[in-house]
Amino acid sequence: MGVLAADAATPADLVAARTQMGVSLGWHIILACFGVGMPALTVFAHWRGIRTGDEAYQRIAHRWAKAMGVLFAVGAVSGTILSFEMGLLWPGLMATYGQVLGLPFALEGFAFFVEAIFLGIYLYAWDRLPPRVHLLTGLPVCIAGIASAFFVVSANAWMNQPRGFDLADGKVTGVRPWAAMFNPATPWQTVHMILAAFMVAGFGIAAVYAAGMLRGRRDRYHRIGLLLPFTVAAVVTPFQIAVGDGLARLLADRQPAKLAAIEGLNETGSHVPLSVGGLYLDGEMRYALRIPDALSLLVGYRPGTVVQGLDRVPVADRPPVNAVHLSFQLMVAIGFALLLLGCWLAVVWWRRRDLPRTRWFLWLTVLSGPAAVLALETGWITTEVGRQPWIVWQHQRTADAVNPAPGLWAGLIVVLAVYVVLTVATVYVLLRLRGRRVSAPQEGWGQEYPP
Amino acid sequence: MTAAQWLLLFSWAGLTLYALFGGADFGGGFWDALAGGARRGRAQRELIEHSIGPVWEANHVWLIFVLVMFWTCFPGVFASVCSTLYIPLTLVAIGIIARGAAFAFRKASTELWQQRLFGGAFALSSVLTPFFLGTIAGGVASGRVPYGLAAGGIVTSWWNATSLMAGALAVGATAYLAAVYLTADARRGGDPGLADVFRRRGLWTAAVTGVVAILGIFVVRVDAPSLYTGLTGRALPLVVVSGVAGLASMVALAFRRYALARVTAALAVAAVLWGWAVAQYPVMLPPGVTVPEAAADPAVLHATLGTVIAGMVLLVPSLLWLYVLFQRPAPGPSSKTTDR
Repeated sequence: MGVLAADAATPADLVAARTQMGVSLGWHIILACFGVGMPALTVFAHWRGIRTGDEAYQRIAHRWAKAMGVLFAVGAVSGTILSFEMGLLWPGLMATYGQVLGLPFALEGFAFFVEAIFLGIYLYAWDRLPPRVHLLTGLPVCIAGIASAFFVVSANAWMNQPRGFDLADGKVTGVRPWAAMFNPATPWQTVHMILAAFMVAGFGIAAVYAAGMLRGRRDRYHRIGLLLPFTVAAVVTPFQIAVGDGLARLLADRQPAKLAAIEGLNETGSHVPLSVGGLYLDGEMRYALRIPDALSLLVGYRPGTVVQGLDRVPVADRPPVNAVHLSFQLMVAIGFALLLLGCWLAVVWWRRRDLPRTRWFLWLTVLSGPAAVLALETGWITTEVGRQPWIVWQHQRTADAVNPAPGLWAGLIVVLAVYVVLTVATVYVLLRLRGRRVSAPQEGWGQEYPP
Repeated sequence: MTAAQWLLLFSWAGLTLYALFGGADFGGGFWDALAGGARRGRAQRELIEHSIGPVWEANHVWLIFVLVMFWTCFPGVFASVCSTLYIPLTLVAIGIIARGAAFAFRKASTELWQQRLFGGAFALSSVLTPFFLGTIAGGVASGRVPYGLAAGGIVTSWWNATSLMAGALAVGATAYLAAVYLTADARRGGDPGLADVFRRRGLWTAAVTGVVAILGIFVVRVDAPSLYTGLTGRALPLVVVSGVAGLASMVALAFRRYALARVTAALAVAAVLWGWAVAQYPVMLPPGVTVPEAAADPAVLHATLGTVIAGMVLLVPSLLWLYVLFQRPAPGPSSKTTDR
């Protein structure tokens, strides 16, 4: 069939569609992180509990499984909405490129299926299966969660590094779906996302137990509840920083407009400084702390490395600089702050096998949860807004992909209202879960483990 | 058969499974809404929750499977349907959010007012979501969604006689499937009284849904003549199978042969979906866009087909285990720790 094209949507409708997609994705990504990271933490605690008979570990496994049930349900539906929105909001993208980026989604469909099936078994068959078999049913949940993240993010990587197809008169031909899926951005972006998921889940859960310890609950249950997820997240952090560095270097090579926006760099050249902080005003980076030659060094390990600036990008093809620059700065700052927090615990633990005595450590751990989420969101904004005005980099503009039907803003209002209610309800239910007796997950509340 | 035909077959099979399993979950919500006051309806609600709980998320994935299959293998058709029917699709999406979240929240809440609030949201969205899914099917089946981005009427494409009839049929079918499934679940749970409640309801809904379906044939005759031609022509055997299976399930229910009732009820619903497909094939969307014309690049189709077959090898045993595990009675009371 011919090319599907239509009149452009109004600017207001384009903004509405982008906002709706941004809100739904930004919301789902948090839940997805818990979906990827939390099963591994839970299954590990569960395994320790069975292995050692330690009651604290068993209690933790029960509690986390219960929370996981709620988070997965909400994550599953908020993820479904995204597959609807791909068509509802961006039919231009799907009509032209749906077949090119479809394969990873088909694979993700199966991964998600496996995850849902085994999560159902893991949560509901706690008392129906022998303990060892039951524990093993948690493993497919962990693997499928990570695989889902890989598949979905590889589709996003393709939007940044589109390939695996030919164009003839605007029509896609000669599709090579595997080449599209394994594009140059895929290894970096997927690993960056999966590690981020473990950081969000790890610091997020540790934050809950740090809050409990600040209220004076310093028993073994709370200590493990803090230490186990915190350790995983803290161990992941330096690797995450290294992968992020590699991803930025890939941008210098393959998507220079995004790196230029990240740095607010106007002029192409060598000996480029790194801009820390600052604002991009009147077409220039102002009030930034400049570290001489640092960007050139980071990109090519030599001060003479040439880095492309925005001057090489046509004005109409430049991403908005401030949103990208500030998001990136915030993400990096949080990443290093979390690294320091992890180092603090490591040093104290190495010297006297205990948590730091000061309450400051607990306060900072409480903050680390929201901070990790903020780093996640700002990282996502960097990669998504940094790709603008393209939806498929250098191939299709976001404005050409949006649904031309009138009245998209009405959908936005309804969806925003739904997400507000959903957020309030999710937080409320999770807070209520905290102080409650738990029994086998999803079998009601029992007497076994009083709070 | 071509790769595109195979993939269409798998997609339609996925849609059928969504209707039979996901649909029954929606129907569970329908009966949850009608279960009566908090005290009186408690036994019914517990049965529904018990039956849906472990499986609804997996059942629900069939919908995602169908969406992804269509956008990968028939991207133009997917984009056309989504852009024209974005209003009911947005409503379906919201219904899915409200339903899944409310169900999980109700499970995690203990106080009566919370359970009522979340239960209300669960029940309402369980009825509205299949209704709007039905209107979408009606819009496509009656040829109101042309090929092209937002090329059809954004209201008339789903607010018309065929769509409304299909919406009503969808609500009826889901309620009917749920009632039939729940009779067997209630009997296995050791509550023949409850089984009888759902048996009576199953008989009533079967009758009402049957009447809607028969009226629907007249609606289609006036409103969507080409669909009518297909349904009374090539698809006639499937229409007859649906009617006969529906009647058989009523007889089986009347004689308390619940397992037989399940199979025949599922067959009756599945035959409607396949009847629609056969009646319309090979046209996917007007004006006469057929399967080979709408299909994606052959390389994509082959990769997807390989993925689907490999995925099924993983999926089918897992799904069977899930269903078998929870169709067995729960272990003895020693490990039951329910305390609400």
